[in-house]
Amino acid sequence: MKQSQSNQAAEQAGRHVISDETMEYVGILAKLELSGQEKQEAKKDMERMLDYIDKLNELDTSKAEPMSHVFSINNVFREDLVEDRDGGEETLANAPQRRERAFVVPKTVDQ
Amino acid sequence: MKLLSLTAVALGKKIRAGEVTAQEAVQASLEAIQQKEEQIHSFVTIDQEGALFRAREVQKKIEAGMLTGPLAGVPVAIKDNLCTKGMLTTCSSKMLNNFIPTYTAEAVLNLEKAGAVIIGKTNMDEFAMGSTTETSAFGVTKNPWNTDYVPGGSSGGSCAAVAAEEVPYALGSDTGGSIRQPSAFCGVTGIKPTYGTVSRFGLIAYGSSLDQIGPVAKDVTDCAAILEAITSYDKKDSTSIQRKDADFTSALVDDVKGMKIGIPRDYLKEGLDSEVKEAVLAAAKVLEEKGAVVEEFDLSLVEYAIPAYYVIAAAEASSNLERFDGVKYGYRAKDYEGLHDMYKKSRSQGFGAEVKRRIMLGSFVLSSGYYDAYYLKALRTKALIKQAFDRAFANYDVILGPAAPTTAPRLGESLSDPLKMYLGDVYTVSVNLAGLPGISLPCGLDKNGLPIGLQMIGDCFQEKKMIRAAYAYEQTRTYQQSPLAEQ
Repeated sequence: MKQSQSNQAAEQAGRHVISDETMEYVGILAKLELSGQEKQEAKKDMERMLDYIDKLNELDTSKAEPMSHVFSINNVFREDLVEDRDGGEETLANAPQRRERAFVVPKTVDQ
Repeated sequence: MKLLSLTAVALGKKIRAGEVTAQEAVQASLEAIQQKEEQIHSFVTIDQEGALFRAREVQKKIEAGMLTGPLAGVPVAIKDNLCTKGMLTTCSSKMLNNFIPTYTAEAVLNLEKAGAVIIGKTNMDEFAMGSTTETSAFGVTKNPWNTDYVPGGSSGGSCAAVAAEEVPYALGSDTGGSIRQPSAFCGVTGIKPTYGTVSRFGLIAYGSSLDQIGPVAKDVTDCAAILEAITSYDKKDSTSIQRKDADFTSALVDDVKGMKIGIPRDYLKEGLDSEVKEAVLAAAKVLEEKGAVVEEFDLSLVEYAIPAYYVIAAAEASSNLERFDGVKYGYRAKDYEGLHDMYKKSRSQGFGAEVKRRIMLGSFVLSSGYYDAYYLKALRTKALIKQAFDRAFANYDVILGPAAPTTAPRLGESLSDPLKMYLGDVYTVSVNLAGLPGISLPCGLDKNGLPIGLQMIGDCFQEKKMIRAAYAYEQTRTYQQSPLAEQ
């Protein structure tokens, strides 16, 4: 999702303004449904946080590679062997809703 | 002397010598909890029956000579984001208020192999997101030094339980200071080890590239012994590191002659409370008098650590917490229409405000159009911060500074202004970004009688230098009990 021009202008002035559409979109990504008041507060919080995070723009990072892990991380391979015993019942015991040896979820495909 | 006023290692020694049994130690701990919980609320779950049963089993093994380690028979409390098989593990969240893990975290398993007896699970900020333990869904934990103040966070329950002498030691986790800052606020000692030292298997993830499990105890000796016990290479954690130098207790040597200690000038600038500054510089002086070479230097980039940290931590949190969807475990909303609505409603009702705030921020900085500007920018900043530490450790064995800019704030003061709360992490987050080990230990009290924490930071894999410096400093002081411990 691209920022609207008015947002970019606001950013240049050093103040983030997040549109309602952006909040809606972030809500979809986050799988969160915020109430009206919660949404206003979240928007305000995020704008303030982004204003603060903009401090990073003072830094010239053009020569730095993005570092996701401090040490080099390699794939750890192993044989595909079953080591754990069947914990099916204990696992299912945590299910909010179950039927026999299955998790119950709302219908997702129409017949 | 009360059993729980002993350090974990001293209590373990008495148990091995047959002066005290594991059951007596556990009983003493349960009684202390019963007496003090109402005042501080450091626990989410107390497993009285299970603990007494395990104590009997451990005692038999000690008597049979099968358990000979320093922690055999000693009770321990575990932060509630570490999975414990068959024992409620909530992350202090409504989302997991009924979650019973089917396996035990590797670090906890290592403790159990060493004969530790788990008493219960400690309160924390929800999903470890917070600096005060006030974001817990199960009520706040109070500071044993003064119950009008927070214990710090997110491992506030673990640190308060140790400071109140409910348990001799505890495990915490540290993503941006969550062991070191509450240790400082509660007047106890805590270590965040080098990233990869302790397996994260079974630790409910917050920021995977930053999270490390570590000990909280009364002194450096305990912390070294506990860290030694929980360190292991684990193929179930792809970032686990095989260490051949995990004999941390060998570094408990009272000698810092010639050791080079650097104090970042940037840590002493504005924002640092004058009493904290004074106490930290006094500690540096003590080390200097013991023969260390202490000097101030410019670390640089200190003000960029917090924004970089919050982008990275929020991004990883938004991804890690996707798994809480109300399908296989945890909270599910009562009313919903269809699968997606169930996800959204379950998550919106199950998570508290701070968790939602960070998931939203994380989702935003990872979304297309913002990924480069925020997430990649933060990762590049992290690389520069790591380089700044590399330069510092070319000159110094240990970096010394405060653990937090102030002592503990009052209850109820922090959550209304999240950004201000985040700024309190200024001295701790860069250590996680750079994967370094850090220790926090008490170095005095402020005028309100609240503990001040001294932080020492080592280069990656150089825990021993850090432990040695901390141990040498500690030898010049006596452990100060919190008022609640003395009850």
